[in-house]
Amino acid sequence: MAAMLQTIGVASPAASGTFPDHQKFFVSSLHSLPVIRSEARLNFGSIHGSSRAGKLIAKAVATKGENSAASAASKAGHELLLFEALREGLEEEMDRDPRVCVMGEDVGHYGGSYKVTKDLAQKFGDLRVLDTPIAENSFTGMAIGAAMTGLRPVIEGMNMGFLLLAFNQISDNCGMLHYTSGGQFTIPAVIRGPGGVGRQLGAEHSQRLESYFQSIPGIQMVACSTPYNAKGLMKAAIRSENPVVLFEHVLLYNLKERIPDEEYVLNLEEAEMVRPGEQVTILTYSRMRYHVMQAVKTLVNKGYDPEVIDIRSLKPFDLYTIGNSVKKTHRVLIVEECMRTGGIGASLTAAINENFHDYLDAPIICLSSQDVPTPYAGTLEEWTVVQPPQIVTAVEQLCQ
Amino acid sequence: MALSTHRTTTTLLRYLTPTISSLRHVSTDCSSSTITVETSVPFTGHNIDPPSRSVDTTPQELMSFFRDMALMRRKEIAADSLYKAKLIRGFCHLYDGQEAVAVGMEAAINRKDCIITAYRDHCIFLGRGGTLLESFAELMGRKDGCSKGKGGSMHFYKKEGGFYGGHGIVGAQIPLGCGLAFAQKYKNDENVTFTLYGDGAANQGQLFEALNMSALWDLPAILVCENNHYGMGTAEWRAAKNPAYYKRGDYVPGLKVDGMDALAVKQACRFAKEHALKNGPIILEMDTYRYHGHSMSDPGSTYRTRDEISGVRQERDPIERVRKLLLSHDIASEKELKDIEKELRKEVDEAIAKAKECPLPEPSELFTNIYVKGSGAESFGADRKEVRAVLP
Repeated sequence: MAAMLQTIGVASPAASGTFPDHQKFFVSSLHSLPVIRSEARLNFGSIHGSSRAGKLIAKAVATKGENSAASAASKAGHELLLFEALREGLEEEMDRDPRVCVMGEDVGHYGGSYKVTKDLAQKFGDLRVLDTPIAENSFTGMAIGAAMTGLRPVIEGMNMGFLLLAFNQISDNCGMLHYTSGGQFTIPAVIRGPGGVGRQLGAEHSQRLESYFQSIPGIQMVACSTPYNAKGLMKAAIRSENPVVLFEHVLLYNLKERIPDEEYVLNLEEAEMVRPGEQVTILTYSRMRYHVMQAVKTLVNKGYDPEVIDIRSLKPFDLYTIGNSVKKTHRVLIVEECMRTGGIGASLTAAINENFHDYLDAPIICLSSQDVPTPYAGTLEEWTVVQPPQIVTAVEQLCQ
Repeated sequence: MALSTHRTTTTLLRYLTPTISSLRHVSTDCSSSTITVETSVPFTGHNIDPPSRSVDTTPQELMSFFRDMALMRRKEIAADSLYKAKLIRGFCHLYDGQEAVAVGMEAAINRKDCIITAYRDHCIFLGRGGTLLESFAELMGRKDGCSKGKGGSMHFYKKEGGFYGGHGIVGAQIPLGCGLAFAQKYKNDENVTFTLYGDGAANQGQLFEALNMSALWDLPAILVCENNHYGMGTAEWRAAKNPAYYKRGDYVPGLKVDGMDALAVKQACRFAKEHALKNGPIILEMDTYRYHGHSMSDPGSTYRTRDEISGVRQERDPIERVRKLLLSHDIASEKELKDIEKELRKEVDEAIAKAKECPLPEPSELFTNIYVKGSGAESFGADRKEVRAVLP
């Protein structure tokens, strides 16, 4: 699977001088640039507490032509890889608020096992970018205790799977303390790390924790998939007063994209419209987005018109965006990397069935990973996750 | 088993001899009204020189100790009756017998220092500035409780008082406590965190992980093991290979303190605070005892004899110790102390009556305080028909 360059429609080419010819543009669909229907969701003004220094862009991907006036004044943006985008977001937030600190294994001097925190320890010092011993349960607990007093820790799990050791701290203390203390304590912590099936990393290092954490009351979960949304979600997660779990994916760290120079923060609870369409709604997140887009190329050639939504917010689901899409297309396909049993797809299927049953013309199809430990052998590993041909078959089946 | 009872009785009653004898040296300096009292037993140190046995105190302080401990004792007994009357439900872990730890600690610190403990938190909550009404209302699940009735007995918190709870899972509060200390170091406050845990929790891995990190980064964390010798129904010698919990820190210094002596606790906590601010973590083991069982569902007599319980109550009771001091120094008379106890009893009864009048939380409170900003997600009651709310 080739890493796909993601389009970013910052402004139309009609805007003067903003986009020189040498800008690399890789259009992932034959249709027009994605449109975001976010006008109704501009509820940022109601956020209490945190002051926002930068301009908040409510839309995940700006509309063509709409922002051209603003963009004419903006610079061309800069290109970077996803892990650099995460680092940029983290660094900007650490500059902005001295209470933001990072804790994790090898985040400091080593620079992070995926280089997300590279050079941050040299800049901010050892206390703000803390190298912890290998004690997930207690350093997660420590971060939560620090958050109770007002610090804003970013906890890194070197691999999300290791955070299973900290499940008690995440569930009881992170998720529930705000409630059991009657609102006295807030836990503005961010828990992040790479998860998902990688390249033959073995069963224990290929876990998808979204399904385990989704029932924990009080936390929010988001999954990033592009450099643009990685930086925006990282910033939003740090600024949020709630505990947020940010799921990254091991295979997506080297995605390259051009992102705006000016500051932007994304909405944690919003889904991203990747490709509007009329025929079938494909809901996906994280790495599976790219498998879907690859399948979409084939589908478009065959004459289908799928609408692809990257749900991004795993808890709570953005049922507004998803619902509007279902009302339009009446067919839903969910493509996820979680296990079949009890995964995000299972919850999403239930949620859509409950809320939008009358709008569905066909049962929802949910493609998930197999309920097996991820094997080491390359071919077997390939078969555990959903592959583009399966997505194409599912859409064809759905649209009969 | 005969062997087990024999061992525990002798261990606990070994403090008997020093208190009864006339070893206690007492001097009163009338002009500055400072009283110097010797603690019942000397402190034992591990990798550290223990502080002196002589503790300075004042008549006012002793009176406040008496008042506070008597109030705590009265409150816990009242909670016992309320539980049996089914006004308090679920789990209720009572602290009577251990009051000296709460009171002595408060005397040595200020409200900027943090305290975090496990589920036996009612009295520490009171010590940190919690009111009787808040605690009874919380126990009875009313909305005027300190956690709006949503926490319960095991989740008392008081942010303004520096009391961070109130945690149900054994040992989970220890890393939280080290996190509080981390934040204090980060912000350069000259304050410390007291992380309390029991002898049962002392065998949790999280403790050692947290200890390692606190020592590594010189966090101002004071880990206090309230050793009441029983982890629910399991005696300490049956759970721990090495029950000298103050030594278990290895590279972290430790101090063993008589937890039934409020003055010894005060001395130790003051010493520990000074140490932690300069040198990093220290472990305090408070040798204490609980008269009730582990919780209200535990009679407390299946794993220990009634003789043992009454023996400790006769010889080491913290309130009696302070009462004897007050009487021997002529700070108060027998009658005055009895009047104070009556007054406190009335106070507690009034608070209970008031708490009983408090309303239960509204159904909409089910969905408040889950998220801070709220996510706009809709929530329903279990049957999807009632209590529809948008998470605020």
